[in-house]
Amino acid sequence: MSNKEKEPFFSAKNMKLLTSPFGANNPVTVQILGICSALAVTAKLKPALVMSLSVMVVCAFANLILSLMRNTIPSRIRIIVQLVVVAALVILVDQFLKAFVYDVSKQLSVFVGLIITNCIIMGRLEAFALNNKPWPSFLDGIGNGIGYGIILVVLGFFRELLGAGTIWGYKVIPEAVYDFGYENNGLMLLPPMALISVGIIIWIHRSRDKSLIEK
Amino acid sequence: MKLLRDILDKMKPMVEKGGKLHSLHSTFDAIETFLFVPNTVTKNGSHIRDAIELKRTMFFVVLALIPAMLFGMYNAGYQHFLSLGDSAAIASIFTCFWYGMFKVLPIIIVSYVVGLGIEFIAAQMRGHEVNEGFLVSGMLIPLIMPVDAPLWMVAVSTAFAVIIGKEVFGGTGMNIFNPALLARAFMFFAYTPFISGDTIWIAGMTNDSRRVIDGFSGATPLTEAANALADKSEVLYTQTGVMDWIIGTVPGSIGETSFIAIMIGAAILLFTGIASWRIMFSVFAGGYVMGLIFNLIGYNIYMEMPAHHHLLLGGFAFGAVFMATDPVTSSQTNTGKVIYGLLVGIIAVLVRVVNPGYPEGMMLSILFMNAMVPLVDYYVVEANIKRRNKRLKMVTKVIDC
Repeated sequence: MSNKEKEPFFSAKNMKLLTSPFGANNPVTVQILGICSALAVTAKLKPALVMSLSVMVVCAFANLILSLMRNTIPSRIRIIVQLVVVAALVILVDQFLKAFVYDVSKQLSVFVGLIITNCIIMGRLEAFALNNKPWPSFLDGIGNGIGYGIILVVLGFFRELLGAGTIWGYKVIPEAVYDFGYENNGLMLLPPMALISVGIIIWIHRSRDKSLIEK
Repeated sequence: MKLLRDILDKMKPMVEKGGKLHSLHSTFDAIETFLFVPNTVTKNGSHIRDAIELKRTMFFVVLALIPAMLFGMYNAGYQHFLSLGDSAAIASIFTCFWYGMFKVLPIIIVSYVVGLGIEFIAAQMRGHEVNEGFLVSGMLIPLIMPVDAPLWMVAVSTAFAVIIGKEVFGGTGMNIFNPALLARAFMFFAYTPFISGDTIWIAGMTNDSRRVIDGFSGATPLTEAANALADKSEVLYTQTGVMDWIIGTVPGSIGETSFIAIMIGAAILLFTGIASWRIMFSVFAGGYVMGLIFNLIGYNIYMEMPAHHHLLLGGFAFGAVFMATDPVTSSQTNTGKVIYGLLVGIIAVLVRVVNPGYPEGMMLSILFMNAMVPLVDYYVVEANIKRRNKRLKMVTKVIDC
């Protein structure tokens, strides 16, 4: 116990907790969690970014709070305790979004509330926060939030670019291209194509990192 | 022929192991086996004895598609001149065909170049032989496109179908969905205005609708029916009749309009035994039965449409003959084939009549059933095992007595 407390805040082990979800242990493309919201909110870049920030905040603080409480929770009721903590945080985030970015909050609609059921958050609480100290748990939450966010932003970028010809609401494909006969791809805005895009990201990820391929 | 053989023989040492062009081995192999029946035979494992191998099989399907393609070319020109009210040009078969050929050929070329290009690249990268599956898909894709489809959209759709629909699953023989229909589905959902509506079925009508004569709508019979339903009018069709549908002089995708041309193709496929007659007939039966059921309900005029009209209209016949019978994506068991076919027909008519958003249900119905095929096959096999187990038990009981 005593020798562990001297561990520096950003030791190699802690940094690994933070960065491994970016790539090799990505919650979306490797663990295939949180797919539902990844498909639902990524038709435009802006909601995708706001959503990933929200999930990151909720995930980090839920991890932190649960980790602080971990020795006092009877294991039989741990799920309900987790839900109460996450729900409280989600309500905070929801109110914050409504107050400051109302239009995005409208677009995200029910999916902010559904962060409560996001498998990534429940998964991290169960798998990590209940067995680890507050600081590593906090880093783990942020790491997984960012790992989720990376995929959402990449999806949002390509879906908005190819589906609507805009990025962050600004037109980026010049009018001349449209005059030439180019058309926006309506399928990119539909959830099925988001699923296929996630598949393509997983494909690229695996072909670059051979250790992910199952035997 | 001799000349070709000589050239290939001369090139062969270069692409074999150790030769300087070994990296192009797959490409050479593809061309050689396309031109000449290869000498190699399957040596081990279970295999089917047949006089023709896969490339020759595919060739027969392409042959069966030729009547539909030729008529599609003629009809493209015919509809174009009809929309302009040019009666002199309509009278000349040659003028119509010539015009249509120049409209349709580019689509066929784009489809083949893009599709085969991707197949060759994928085969080279993996060191496989080039798959022969695209010979048929490359011909099917143009025939289910509207004649006015922009070429780059055909290219994108084809690329999507070949990469996501086929190569991802492991190439020819491994795909879940029919690649040609996937190309059309991609086009349908991605570039909806270019593959649905009234004006796109006729060459030149989208860009230059000013010259079209009064009273000519350009809608396919199915769209017309759906519109009639929406407008609550008394009759479903005003522009065309049963004879037009059988001959095929109606607006529609390039190859799907002519019932006669498709039936010639069906005869070729059935005579050579390439397509399953079980699937083909059960699709028609399913569509007809569903039409009859709607006749019984008779809620609106679309439901009261004579059941056999469904089989003649739109892509029903084309889908039944060329799409549903795809040996890879259809059911493998004989009972499964009948169930699969019936459901394809039933769902196609169901989508047509009940959902006015999609005037043509055949594409969606076949793709849906493609996804259901493993389930159908699984239960057919399970039922068979159960039945035989029961018989086994009875036999042992008899012996015990």
